[in-house]
Amino acid sequence: MKISPLEGAAFHTAETKWLAEPRGPKALEVATKRSAKTRDEIAARILQWESWREQASRIKAYAIAHLDELLSQFEENITARGATVLWAENARQANEHLLTIAKKHNVRMVVKSKSMVSEEMELNHVLEAQGIQAVETDLGEFLVQLAGQRPTHIVTPALHLSAEDVGRLFAEKLGEPFTRQHEQLTAIARRHLRRRFLEAGMGISGTNFAIADVGAICVVENEGNAGLSMATPPVHVALMGIEKIIPSIVHLPLFLQLLGRSGTGQKLTAYTHLIYGPSPGQRFYVIIVDNGRTRILSDPRLRSALHCIRCGACLNACPVYRRVGGWAYGWIYPGPIGAVITPMLVGIDKAGKLPFASSLCGACYEVCPVKIDIPHKLVYLRHLATTHRSPVRSRLEKLVWWGWSLTMGRKWRYVLATGLARLGMRWVSWSPWKPKLLRAWLRARDLPPLPPQGPFRKSWKKLEKELQISGQPPTAQSHKA
Amino acid sequence: MNSSLQKPTDFREMSYPPYRRGEPVALFVPCYIDQFYPRLAEATVRLLSGFGVPVRFPAEQTCCGQPAFNSGYWNEARRVASHFARCFAPFQWIICPSGSCAAMCRVFYELLDPGGKLPEVGRRVFEVCEFLVNCLGIREVNVSFPYRVTLHIGCHTRRELGVIDPPRILVESLRDVRFCPLPDAEECCGFGGTFSVKMPGISVAMGQAKAECIVASQAEWLLTTDISCLMHLEGILRRHPQGKEIRVAHVVEVLAGMHDGRPLAGPK
Repeated sequence: MKISPLEGAAFHTAETKWLAEPRGPKALEVATKRSAKTRDEIAARILQWESWREQASRIKAYAIAHLDELLSQFEENITARGATVLWAENARQANEHLLTIAKKHNVRMVVKSKSMVSEEMELNHVLEAQGIQAVETDLGEFLVQLAGQRPTHIVTPALHLSAEDVGRLFAEKLGEPFTRQHEQLTAIARRHLRRRFLEAGMGISGTNFAIADVGAICVVENEGNAGLSMATPPVHVALMGIEKIIPSIVHLPLFLQLLGRSGTGQKLTAYTHLIYGPSPGQRFYVIIVDNGRTRILSDPRLRSALHCIRCGACLNACPVYRRVGGWAYGWIYPGPIGAVITPMLVGIDKAGKLPFASSLCGACYEVCPVKIDIPHKLVYLRHLATTHRSPVRSRLEKLVWWGWSLTMGRKWRYVLATGLARLGMRWVSWSPWKPKLLRAWLRARDLPPLPPQGPFRKSWKKLEKELQISGQPPTAQSHKA
Repeated sequence: MNSSLQKPTDFREMSYPPYRRGEPVALFVPCYIDQFYPRLAEATVRLLSGFGVPVRFPAEQTCCGQPAFNSGYWNEARRVASHFARCFAPFQWIICPSGSCAAMCRVFYELLDPGGKLPEVGRRVFEVCEFLVNCLGIREVNVSFPYRVTLHIGCHTRRELGVIDPPRILVESLRDVRFCPLPDAEECCGFGGTFSVKMPGISVAMGQAKAECIVASQAEWLLTTDISCLMHLEGILRRHPQGKEIRVAHVVEVLAGMHDGRPLAGPK
């Protein structure tokens, strides 16, 4: 029987239909596995990797604990060089700021480099509603925008598209002759994008790091499009989440080393931009966005999720993400880190299912360059999801676990209940009807039969007598210590 | 503010206390081993007493609380964990033939009851192979096992307990054994407790990938530290065209020379 990995991905099945295609999941699986392998190899070459992780984690912990001071310091320093800093409590406010700026400078078209905050704000829709065209210039983002899809990965948004898919997309949407040659495809994208940089009235970028002591933002990329988006148009708006702050420029090299290696297996990204203020004749705005991050901050058990530098290593390492892809997670942050921050950012009442989309294997924690304890956070979020209004909270399940805990709380109840359960299982084993959970198990797996000798505790006394455990210590039998 | 500046606690880093000869150890038999794999519990007892370790079995014990904990029902898990702590409080050493349950006690009780009574007891729980190698200092066992074997270490054992070498050391020390490294050994097998029935599609896809690796290793036997993973993997292997013939056992069963006993061990 062919089991598609889609089944059971109840956290968002409607958007994972493409997984049923034989090529779909494989392409993603192969690509993510390759990324994970490159990361493992490049990290293994760094002897002090673990100490780097620890340092980065502590610097982030410091920064998160001193957000108030550091953000003000950043604002003061960068404003002194002519930038305008705006604060937004949520996505709506951030959009309002952006539209005000666009109106003020008469912007008709915007070029965008990659920014997860802009995805949180659904900025493209907001701009389009105001008659402002928004063009994604990051190649991956450009492709998914052209295809009318959503990114499937936070670092490599078009991971699910093959060169052939891209060729067909360009033929259909841009009227280009079909090709699957990488160089030709890139040349087509370049030709179409170059014009836009020159026409655009505004460039929007994200921020990888905001550096408090010097008052600068750092943006890393591999294509050069972010640089063009930021430098070519007369107005540059940088969007940043409050957690992007790091205390000092002396901390930056550490984070760059970790980010490049964790994200794409590079020692360093091809471009590292440091922007200290507007270039001559340009206007430069920084919009600092909270949008739910202070909710993460307020819970000590989840706080370190704000360490995240959006490298995507946990996505590549996650066996669940590899099979279901980014869309299954229902929002813009997929994978293990998405399962942690999405419920906090959009509300556990909406995303309560996400923390359950994990076998808790811990591969994500192992690769996280800033040591976010994702699996422990996932179980904690499961606890929140079952105790707060959420799609997983169920009276019946609560009752079942309550009964289970009573049963397990005393030996006699356990013995009684397991005795009854064994009878039940005997019956079920020959009955044509099976309970739902057992059916789920048996669809693709056998179940071992019940051992004939009964539970271990029944045979303990005999075993104890045989081995004379309670008497003098036995001699080593066939083993040598 | 200051609390967040303290060193982030990593429960997975620990040093092992030395075991003094003659100290009694309490055997913790997780509920599903008690019910479905009693021979594994027996093998654990035989193995430990073979090394001169006096084994006790606190009769009141039931479960560590992990199923409820992983499902998000922490209050219910706490009730069961408290019972566990009551049963095992008198013992300095608690040995468990399941890495996952040992991780529940040693690592996750700290989340359930930060700084409280539960982690106080939970900290004394050890997985069998870990105890033998790291506390008893055992490096080899004198048991013949003339087969090609591969080893699957459960993710909780590997990543929460940090137990990677001990089972491998013991398995490689078997006489006449041929150890076949498992490709992608650190990948999850997809069991994940209730995950296996809540999201069976993903769980099975992960298991099938693991089964491919097991077949590719060319082993005749699949050994593991976690019988819960094995229940899932065995179930998948039995339906795999080349995996059908692969026999399965817990490491401890082999070390105790009891690997032939299980009804499902080996082709039907």
